[in-house]
Amino acid sequence: MAVSSVAAQPRPSLLSRLSESRNALGFGFMLPAAVLLLVFLTYPLGLGVWLGFTDARIGRSGIFIGIENYQYLWNDSVFWLSVFNTLLYTISASILKFALGLWLALILNENLPFKSFFRAVVLLPWVVPTVLSAIAFWWIYDSQFSILSWALQQMGLIDHRINFLGDPTNARASVIAANVWRGIPFVAITLLAGLQTIPQSLYEAATLDGATRWQLFRYVTLPLLTPIIAITMTFSVLFTFTDFQLIYVLTRGGPVNATHLMATLSFQRGISGGQLGEGAAIAVAMIPFLLAAILFSYFGLQRRKWQQGGRD
Amino acid sequence: MVMIKTAATKKTKRPDIDEGGMGYLQSLPRRVVTVYLPLLVFVIVLLFPFYWMTITAVKPNLEMTDYAQFNPFWVVHPTLEHIRYLLFETSYPGWLLNTIMISTAATFLSLLASVFAAYAIERLRFSGARQVGLGIFLAYLVPPSILFIPLSVMVFNLGLYDTPFALILTYPTFLVPFCTWLLMGYFRSIPFELEECALIDGASRWQILTKIVLPLSVPGLISAGIFAFTLSWNEFIYALTFIQSSENKTVPVGVLTELVRSDVYEWGALMAGALIGSLPVVVLYSFFVEHYVSSMTGAVKE
Repeated sequence: MAVSSVAAQPRPSLLSRLSESRNALGFGFMLPAAVLLLVFLTYPLGLGVWLGFTDARIGRSGIFIGIENYQYLWNDSVFWLSVFNTLLYTISASILKFALGLWLALILNENLPFKSFFRAVVLLPWVVPTVLSAIAFWWIYDSQFSILSWALQQMGLIDHRINFLGDPTNARASVIAANVWRGIPFVAITLLAGLQTIPQSLYEAATLDGATRWQLFRYVTLPLLTPIIAITMTFSVLFTFTDFQLIYVLTRGGPVNATHLMATLSFQRGISGGQLGEGAAIAVAMIPFLLAAILFSYFGLQRRKWQQGGRD
Repeated sequence: MVMIKTAATKKTKRPDIDEGGMGYLQSLPRRVVTVYLPLLVFVIVLLFPFYWMTITAVKPNLEMTDYAQFNPFWVVHPTLEHIRYLLFETSYPGWLLNTIMISTAATFLSLLASVFAAYAIERLRFSGARQVGLGIFLAYLVPPSILFIPLSVMVFNLGLYDTPFALILTYPTFLVPFCTWLLMGYFRSIPFELEECALIDGASRWQILTKIVLPLSVPGLISAGIFAFTLSWNEFIYALTFIQSSENKTVPVGVLTELVRSDVYEWGALMAGALIGSLPVVVLYSFFVEHYVSSMTGAVKE
């Protein structure tokens, strides 16, 4: 179409010249995605930062009050508790997810019968909506009819029912366990993908040189897997840090705020409590942590390109 | 015992030798301890909540709370009462319909935007394409947990509060970056030469996209579509914040906020709701599991 019009006319029309310009075409092709993201992602991000400096409430646009929200949060013990909880939750869940996920990936990388069946089954917890599996966990953790308590009692390991979600320490452990359960498949399958890119010949060579199984893992698998581990874990940390659904279903931040994460606290203050400004300030307080994780990911990516001898 | 062992040896040894791995260096008892046993534990732990969900959904209330007389791991008199209650006496079917509609619309919108964006970034290589690509990647890292408060203000000011459009327009914030990123990887695998040939033959960029690139990337489009659909189906925080009336809710929000009453928990109905709400994604995913896994590995390998 464009070419024929060029042949017919000595001076191409504006439209056909535009359709040949990379930049004009690129702009046109980018437009739908750019509009969606600028309007519903970039603008709200800025609006969120602005809201953090106002005393906006639901149904009333606020006025600028400077850093009053942050000053208030600075002296708010519940906020600091939620920061502590978020860090505890993120760090312990991520370590467990990484260790168990790597283990599962190594197992799945063996020559197994029904390999694709196992891969499919293992991914299930990740596919099913978090809220719905969290509801199943809620029932598993029920204070009266918990199947875990019952099973442990039958085995004679405990003599009282465990109060999974009613006691601060238990509640923390329970939500971490549920999060790990959901997170293992993602880590395992992405690491498995990484494992499968490692050539068998390296293992054979190392075995001929007399390497033990541990040495194979430590000096062949781990170094070659590091770039993918960095990316997988950055994503895992990001998602865990900003988790909301699991806590909202299982404890709503209770008992006595022991499981409140920054995201749930932000929702409680901002939407349930109507203090949009304060909720936005809590959300903004999450950004430095996220930036740290993203920088970590960036350096992970750099290293990957360099390792694979890729361009740029 | 011996017979089982030899049978198992035959089964496991043959593929080992065929695939040229080094599994044959390991004895079977050792493999049982290091591979099969841990795998069994993993599979049981990962699947137990689903089993428990299913068994509770068909268990009569009497059996559900009487552990002394009935073994909780099994059901003696299965009943469809909870499912009947869920489907005919609650708004559950409406939530299902809402979720399907919203997920489909959001997926369609995001795929459309992502295909163009991914093609432009990956193949048109306009000036600044790399920076835009990086920006898209960063956009994927912005979590809904820090966007929902400002978005709720926007949704309210735009008059979208409590309408499906509030969700259809906000879900692309996490779907577009993800799909674009995935499709960029996919487009990269299509040889440049094909496009050059088409350009020489006088095809326009639009024709190249629709007649060459898109047909070749159908697997990528399918996996991006499944991912997007699953992600929208699972979305919770926006749906919780932007929707208020019961008839407009999505499944995850509806189950949690409407089926849970403060005095008595209808565990059977709750589990049935969770089960039925999970089924569509699980079925969809089981049909395309190979696409799913390979695209995930593709996204990582890049």
